[in-house]
Amino acid sequence: MRTPLKQLIALFLLSLANATVLSAEFETTAVDYDNQEITIALTQEPPQLNGMKATDQVSIMVLGHVMEGLVGYDRRGNVVPGVAERWEIDDKGATFWLRKDARWSNGDPVIADDFVFAWQNTLKPETASEYAFILYPLKNGEAINQGKMKPEDLAVRAIDDYTLKIEFERPTGYFIKLTAFTSYYPVQRKFFESKSDRYGADADDLLYNGPFRIKDWVHSASLHMVKNEHYWNKDAISLNAINAEYITADTRSRLNLFIDGKIVLTRLDGETYKDALTQKFRIRRFTTGSVFFLEYNHRPERITRNVNLRKAIQHVFDADEMVNKVLATPGNLPGKSLFPVWLGGVNDKFRKEYKAPEATIDIALGKKYLEQARQELGIDKFPPLVLLVSDSPTAAKQAEYMQGLLKARLDLDIKIDIQTFKQRLAKMTAGEFDIVGAGWGPDFDDVMTFGDLFASWNLNNRGRYSNPEYDKWVRVAMNSADPQVRMDAMGQLQQILFDEAVILPQYEQGVIYLLHPKVSGVARRVVGPDPDFSHARVIK
Amino acid sequence: MLAYTLKRLLAGIITVWFIATATFIAMHNVPGDPLMNDKAVTAEIRKNLERKYGLDKPVTEQYFIFMKNMLSGDFGISFTQQNRQVNDIIRDHFPVSATLGVLAIIFAAAGGILWGALTAIYRNRLPDIIIMFLVILGISVPGFVFAALGQLLLVNINSLVGYSMIPVAGWGTFMHMIMPALVLGLGTMALLTRLMRSSMLEVVNEDYIKTAKAKGLSPTRIFFRHQLRNAILPVITVLGPQIAAITTGGFVVELVFAIPGLGRYFVQAVQQLDYTVIMGTTVFYGAFLVLMVIIVDILYGFVDPRVRLQ
Repeated sequence: MRTPLKQLIALFLLSLANATVLSAEFETTAVDYDNQEITIALTQEPPQLNGMKATDQVSIMVLGHVMEGLVGYDRRGNVVPGVAERWEIDDKGATFWLRKDARWSNGDPVIADDFVFAWQNTLKPETASEYAFILYPLKNGEAINQGKMKPEDLAVRAIDDYTLKIEFERPTGYFIKLTAFTSYYPVQRKFFESKSDRYGADADDLLYNGPFRIKDWVHSASLHMVKNEHYWNKDAISLNAINAEYITADTRSRLNLFIDGKIVLTRLDGETYKDALTQKFRIRRFTTGSVFFLEYNHRPERITRNVNLRKAIQHVFDADEMVNKVLATPGNLPGKSLFPVWLGGVNDKFRKEYKAPEATIDIALGKKYLEQARQELGIDKFPPLVLLVSDSPTAAKQAEYMQGLLKARLDLDIKIDIQTFKQRLAKMTAGEFDIVGAGWGPDFDDVMTFGDLFASWNLNNRGRYSNPEYDKWVRVAMNSADPQVRMDAMGQLQQILFDEAVILPQYEQGVIYLLHPKVSGVARRVVGPDPDFSHARVIK
Repeated sequence: MLAYTLKRLLAGIITVWFIATATFIAMHNVPGDPLMNDKAVTAEIRKNLERKYGLDKPVTEQYFIFMKNMLSGDFGISFTQQNRQVNDIIRDHFPVSATLGVLAIIFAAAGGILWGALTAIYRNRLPDIIIMFLVILGISVPGFVFAALGQLLLVNINSLVGYSMIPVAGWGTFMHMIMPALVLGLGTMALLTRLMRSSMLEVVNEDYIKTAKAKGLSPTRIFFRHQLRNAILPVITVLGPQIAAITTGGFVVELVFAIPGLGRYFVQAVQQLDYTVIMGTTVFYGAFLVLMVIIVDILYGFVDPRVRLQ
């Protein structure tokens, strides 16, 4: 009889025998000029390297080095040809002509069917991809994802091995930028079927078509990427190897590794920032592109549904103070709008063309709005508002700041509800809050990734804001490919968000980091794999 | 002896079953939703995820399915690493934690016995006071402080000698293991020192020591053959659970020193409500702890003949 205990003992003995597998050679340093190799640290083990399902930063970063979509980004974030040599896009659809020398790491050519297969598979409900929505611009994509149509009904066809024809559900002005995204990477049908559930689980369970391939991957310990000899543009790649030799979420530990000359890049936080300063390292800044804001609960039974209450808070909050005194690390920008400053508009940056309206900081005015709200709600005194935040030290600090601010300026009581990541999400979805500390990171390089967030149908609109006027302008932007029409619509959205004080923008997130002085060409990206070492090299 | 061992084993199996059941109930009652993530998913995708992990069935049915799978040694697929078996995770990462734990326990036991015996000999004199002060420090200062200090020490040593003499973090060679093992074993060593000291002091007044002295045995012989051997018994008692605690409680050390051990999975699984990994690691660790206790019980029989007779 097989008892669980026996099983466990067997497992234990077997595991001891396997212990040697986890050892690797270690005498590496951060940079190796002669061999053009660098060593890095990952902040966590990539949960999975199946591009059709990956959602986290680390997986997307690794996949960005070993995979290539129809197009890619250059160092400045401009779209450049990838597997596709050229393309034509109009309101109805797109045609991509693939280069004939693009190869998988086993030598097979990358063909149009690899894209058809990957996209069908991502949309299949059985795959349960969290990023399936990003393929909804493809005709019938949404219907397939909801199980109303078959994957074969996707209006994406391989005309021949090197021509890919796509029909759109609606005009998608930013489609070319989508094709650089992880969920749009190709997958070879034959290879995937030979691996099924194991696809992306280990180094040899993946087929690579990017500048690098994974040589070996020891879970939670190391991940070694080497130059992919089959990559069509391999001559443009300087690095021979990117060795992720350490995997730890501990920023202090990574700083120690950096000081010891073991890794080329590390991100700093409020604590390690001070240590890095005393070490006299050059501290670099980078804006991640994410916006953090307080989201109100707009459900009917909540008092935060009252616009004057929200406007009262809007008039006493000072984003500059938040950034300088509360966050107090360099790199963050005060939040003025849902739309961050880096987003492109018609000809220039969106925020230059459509200036974000700003509320004057006026406590008396705030009190007036509050009194109006009190009368409208027909209450004597405001009950404490529940502010839901996650359990990170920074989130708690920000919540306490808001608590103090609203008490001092409006005599409003705030009850802070600190919850773990999953529980915060559950409470947000169930609507158990008045105000929630939220944030949004861009999925693609277009205003729409922020704009449709508060459309009434958006599942991520967890405050359940619903305004036909807002929905109308989102639809206008969705159904047009004309930049002027789209940006005008987004400008309207920005105005509505302000007039109705739908959210309280707090800050645009910045990070500070250290980079080895002998490494050049590292790209930091707002959208897509970050940091990107693809075109980095070691200098003397 | 055989009946004794069998009885212990049976009790162990019941204990493991109880651990599994209690964890299962607790886990399903923790607030939060294991399938929820930053991006909201459609109802259709949600249904598919629930079906994949069997969460669409009633909890009691889930429990029986889990028990059935556990008996055949299958803990299922991780929620966060959707293409890795929980068994693979345990198989890949437990050896790392175990290696580190064994090193730490060797260090802790050797140190604890040595320092404990020393303090007993020099009772209430300067060496005793100094060591006991350090022991209190070792017990009361949390592990993450030692981990951070230990790593900082390595950084400073390396910058002093001008090259990476001892790796600051990572895993692979014996050099990588020294500092984490020291840090991990420190608390246990302090505990064992105290235990050893009081146990030594108790033994010193026993009749058989007096007899040995009266027989004219040399002090060294009395110390090793009579005093140490008798005093070490309580230390062995706590050693079993301590081995289990050390091999499982290395989360902080594993994080700071970037060690691919199971402790990280154990803690992260709870944070992320990764049901299958929570169950797999808890039952595995529970069984491991029970096994250690049983081994100690049996070892007792060898060290102390009186136990065998009962």
